[in-house]
Order: sequence, then structure tokens, then C-alpha cells
Amino acid sequence: MSGLGETSPETSQKAGRPARNLDAARLVGHLETMWRIRAFEEAAIRGLKDGLVLGAIHPSIGQEAVATGVCLNLDRADLLLSTHRGHGHTLAKGADAGAMMRELFGRDGGTCGGKGGSMHIADFSVGMLGANGVVGANIPIAVGAAHAIRLRGGSEIVACLFGDGAINRGPFLEGLNWAKVFDLPVLFVCEDNTWSATTRTADLTAGAGAAARAESLGIPAETLDGNDALALDEAARAAVAALRAGSGPRLLHVKTYRLTGHTAADAAPYRDPAEVEAWREKDPIARLAAALADAGIPAERLEAARAGAYAEMEAIYDEARAAPWPPVAGAYADVQDVGHPAQRAF
Amino acid sequence: MAASTTTTYIAASTRALAEEMARDPRVWALGEDLGRGGVFGQYEGLQERFGAARIADTPISEACIMGAAVGAALAGTRPVVEMRFSDFALCATDELVNQAAKARFMFGGQAKVPLVARQPVGMWRSSAAQHSQSLEAWYAHVPGLVVVAPATPADNLGLLKSAIRADDPVVYLEHKGLWPLEGAVPDGEHLTPIGVADVAREGRDLTLVTWSAMRWRCLEAARALAADGVEAEVIDLRTLWPWDRDRVLASVEKTGRLLVVHEAVTVGGFGAEIAAFVAEHLHARLEAPVRRLGAPRIPIAYAPPLENAARVTPDAIASAARAMTAPAAADAS
Ligand SMILES: Cc1ncc(C[n+]2csc(CCOP(=O)(O)OP(=O)(O)O)c2C)c(N)n1
Repeated sequence: MSGLGETSPETSQKAGRPARNLDAARLVGHLETMWRIRAFEEAAIRGLKDGLVLGAIHPSIGQEAVATGVCLNLDRADLLLSTHRGHGHTLAKGADAGAMMRELFGRDGGTCGGKGGSMHIADFSVGMLGANGVVGANIPIAVGAAHAIRLRGGSEIVACLFGDGAINRGPFLEGLNWAKVFDLPVLFVCEDNTWSATTRTADLTAGAGAAARAESLGIPAETLDGNDALALDEAARAAVAALRAGSGPRLLHVKTYRLTGHTAADAAPYRDPAEVEAWREKDPIARLAAALADAGIPAERLEAARAGAYAEMEAIYDEARAAPWPPVAGAYADVQDVGHPAQRAF
Repeated sequence: MAASTTTTYIAASTRALAEEMARDPRVWALGEDLGRGGVFGQYEGLQERFGAARIADTPISEACIMGAAVGAALAGTRPVVEMRFSDFALCATDELVNQAAKARFMFGGQAKVPLVARQPVGMWRSSAAQHSQSLEAWYAHVPGLVVVAPATPADNLGLLKSAIRADDPVVYLEHKGLWPLEGAVPDGEHLTPIGVADVAREGRDLTLVTWSAMRWRCLEAARALAADGVEAEVIDLRTLWPWDRDRVLASVEKTGRLLVVHEAVTVGGFGAEIAAFVAEHLHARLEAPVRRLGAPRIPIAYAPPLENAARVTPDAIASAARAMTAPAAADAS
């Protein structure tokens, strides 16, 4: 892999882009993670069709650059709060893909023992404090986690991803105001995939959107092309560094697109196929791969990133299918300690 | 006998929080106006003592206060949330019911949510419909929540301390009408276990099961009944989830009669749960049909005579009890 990490400005200029310090080894890592997310979700969609994934799943196919750009710039000890569309975030934060697939299948050994499913994946061992089925609800939780870090005198930061639809809920205003008032280390990321379920979000959003709302509260905000993994990586890296240096909260408004329907079962007839096609052209994985090829990464290396991811997800799919159901006693576990439901049958 | 001091219900709560904050640096409180002592003065002096970081003044953002407490609990602290009036806690229902109560279960036990949501309840001097409610039954209905409703200064000390030490989300319902109530409070460490009822008065003829401010109305009614020769046993549940089913069953086993008294609306109230449970378990022993006494299903009015229409009085309790203990009660229905 000679040449990685030492891409000259000339190489980039050759591709017609402004000179960038392409840290190729690092970006190959991003590519691998993006392929893993894509392959994981394609496997999950197949699982749904095969009747193995039980509830709804919300794929993030087409949005992978957001997950990697943000989460690969976090340390393991940093905290993450995610949404109903959180597989990518969770994988990029370092959660075990096999446990995640078992969770989607509702099996023993899932991240939450099969009690959460896709919308409630959490892996506290890597700082991932939960996907959330309630739009916007993760924002106050993220703020509180940051507040706790502050109280403990810790140095971790918190990343909170939410969709464009979430900015019209009260907790967005309450949470951003809170974070700014207390100057907490929260990186807010509005993952704007254009749609809220079957509604074009812009049709029901007053004003200029997430960045303008953040700025009105004094929170520095930046709007980005969410399909440009390099731009995202740079912006997130800078934002994370600023947060660690005590800048207070920041917001990234990241424009992207979900290439599937709202859920895996949604054929999304409400969308113009031409719009989908236009975004397919901007597929973030293909774009990063092209940039890396331009930077001199050998084609075999790029292909290995893809093939490795699909092989891994194929294997975890089979493992998850073979995994047993969780013991029924688990339904009574972890409800509460005081007044536990199993304390006395009645 | 342990030494004790006379203290108010409100001062007992301040002492409880101060003791727990001194004992455990992870404990902190957040809510509106706490620095100035809180809206009723429950937090008086605490910010001076513990600093603005641990007695945190927050924006008027109930959803965010509760949500932040959930995040703060998941991230290793033990927040005490002040909701000011239980009525305003409704702005934070998602955060309490969908997030706090469920996170531990949904995430397969990876984390607990040790928070206390203090929600002052009850009727209080013409506060009208949005500052007077008692909604404890809603919370008792939600798996994952603990529900506590102290009636005495000693219990407000001991139960608040136990709530702060519990690893579960606790809905902690203090009654606004009880803030000035004085009573003996043990000196030194005092913890009241959650889930154990207090027998406020022993009796053989009828069991009155109650909680919160109604403890005092029931005791007053019991004194009136005693003058007629009816001995009522008064059980103050103190906690609604878990509730002390053994104590209630034992009492009704003895008396054969149960009247549940609460300030909340009777329809769908927690009294229905107790009545049904006792009917299921002690049907053969009952000498009169189980009864409930609570408020009519009306919002609470402002003008005193109208407000009184929602009030459960000692007279009403005594007359319900008399009807149940009268010789013909068993076949009166
Ligand atoms: C409070 C709340 N309201 C409605 C829903 C139903 N719902 C689930 S996802 C969704 C759209 C969310 O859009 P957005 O925030 O942009 O995220 P995206 O799905 O596009 O990733 C809706 C309305 C919900 N889960 N929570």
C-alpha cells in the first residue's frame, strides 16, 4: 500500500478538486466502514424479506458518509445518541455488527438481548447510548449526558444525530437552548435526508432550517454536502476538536438523501424517480472510492473494502439466523428493581 | 426511642436532598428557580451550600429537564428533577414514560435510570384546574416507574432519601397542602423503605386505605367514627408502586371492610386497583362491598365553593364508612 497518506496536491488537482491533504489510510478506513454499513443494511433488508427481521427497519442507504464522518471522529469514550435510522451511526461508533444483526432478528445475544430491535439498538460499551423511536427525543438526552460529563469533570464529548424532521419538535429548541446556556460539549448533527417519512420536510419547515435555528441561539453551525465523505470528515474533525477545546455546542447541517423508502417496506411512490436517480449519481460510497482511486489507492484495495464488508455481513446473517430466541424470562428482567414485576405473581 | 426533632414536611425534603448530596457526589438537582429555593422553598439554601452546578437552574423547558435527567442518569449521575407542579410534568411525559421508564428494558439492561422526578400534587388554595391535579394513577400504570406519595415529614425525609438511592426512575409526589405540616422527624440517618405501608391507626371494624394528604382526612374521619363506636384502621400506603398488598390484605382480612380514599378523580384512579385486588383475593371474607371515595370527574375549580365540590372531606369519608358498617350494609346494595 505504498503511497497511502502521502498524496501530493498535484494528485488532487489532477482530479479537478481543490488541493486537499488526503490522508488516504484514514479514508480507506472510512470507505470500509461505509461499505460495512451498506452491506449490513442490505442484509437487514433481505432479512426483512426472508421474515427474519421482525419489526420495521429504517435503512440509511445513501447516507453512510454522515455516520462515518461523524462517528469515526469520536473516541470510544465519547457518547452517541441516535435515531430510528441509526444502524450506520451505531456501526461506525464501533458496535458489534453480529450483535446488531441478532438484535434485528430478535435473537439471544442481540445488543439488547432481543428486547429492543432496530429502533432501540444501544451499545453502552462503545458509548452508544441508544437509538430512539421518538423523533427528537434523543436531543435532550444528549444534552443531559453532556451535562453529566461536565459534572463528573470528564473530557468526553457527545454527538447527537437527528433527522431534518426533528427540528420542528420542541425538544430541538429546548435542547439546543440548554446546550448553549450551559456551553456543553454536544455536536448536534442534523442529518437532512430531504424527507420526513412521506413528506418533503421543506414543505413543513418555516425559515431557513437547522443551521439558521442554531445560529439564532448563538450556536456555530455549518451546512455541508452530506454525500461528500471528505468534506464531512474534515468538518466533523474540526468541530470535534473545537468541542474538546471547550467551544461549547456546534451544529452540522448535513444534506443527504435516503435512497430507500422511509422503512424497508416502503416503496416510496411519493418520490419523483428522477430525484432518486440524481442522488444515486451522488452515492457517497462511489464518490469516496473515486477520490481514493484518484489519490492512487490501488483498485484491489478498494475492492477488498467492498468484498470484505459483504463477506462479513453474510457471515453474521447466517449466525443471527442460527441464534436461539431469548429466554422468555427476559421479558420480566430489567424492568425495575423496586417493585419488580416478578417479585410476586398476581 | 431514637431522638427526634419537630420539622415541617418541606424542611424534611430539603434535609433529605442535602444529606444525599453530601453522601453521594453523583446526586444533583435540576429545575426552574432552584437557586432561589424553588417555587415552594424546598431547595432553600442548597445552592449556597452545593453550588450552582449541583443545584442547577434550568430554562423553562420541562421536556428538556426530564430528558436531560435521563441522559444524565444514563451517563452516570443521579439527578433529582423538579417539575414545580405535577401538572407541568405533562410537558415531559415522553421523557418520563417513553424514555426514563423504558431505557433500561429496551436496551437489554445495559444501563439503569436512577432519577427522581419530584412533582408536587394536589389541591392547594384556589390553584384551579392546571395547578391542582393528582395524577398518580397514570404513573402507577407505567412499567418501569416507582411511585411514591409521602404524607408525613418523617416519611418525606425517609422516602426521598430512599428514592434518591433507588436505581429506578421514581415519580415522587409531594402534596402542596402538606408543605407546612409539622411532625417529629428522627435525628440521624432515617430511611423509609419503598413499598411498605404505614398503619396510621389500628382498628377492627373497617380498613381505610389512603395516601398523601388524605391520610390526615382519614384520621379525622376515624376519630369521628370512634365516637360512634366504629374503629377504623387507617393504612397510609406511602408508595403506590410497589404498594403494600400484604399489609392491605391482612387488614381487610381482619376488618372485613375496605374503603379506599384518594384525592384524585375516582374514575380510573388507583383506588380501583386496590379495590379490584382486594375483591379478587378476599371476596369470601368481605362483609360489605368494597368502596372507593375520590373526586368527581371534573376539573378542579377556582372559587372555593366550586373547588370544594372536588374535595374529599372527613365528613364524606365518615359517612361512607358508616354506610358500610351499618348493620344492613351487607345487603344494602
Ligand atoms: C414524536 C414522533 N412523531 C412521529 C413519529 C413517526 N415518525 C417516525 S420517523 C418520522 C420521520 C422523521 O423524519 P426525520 O426526522 O427527517 O428523519 P428521517 O426519517 O428522515 O431519518 C416520523 C414522522 C415518531 N417516531 N416520533
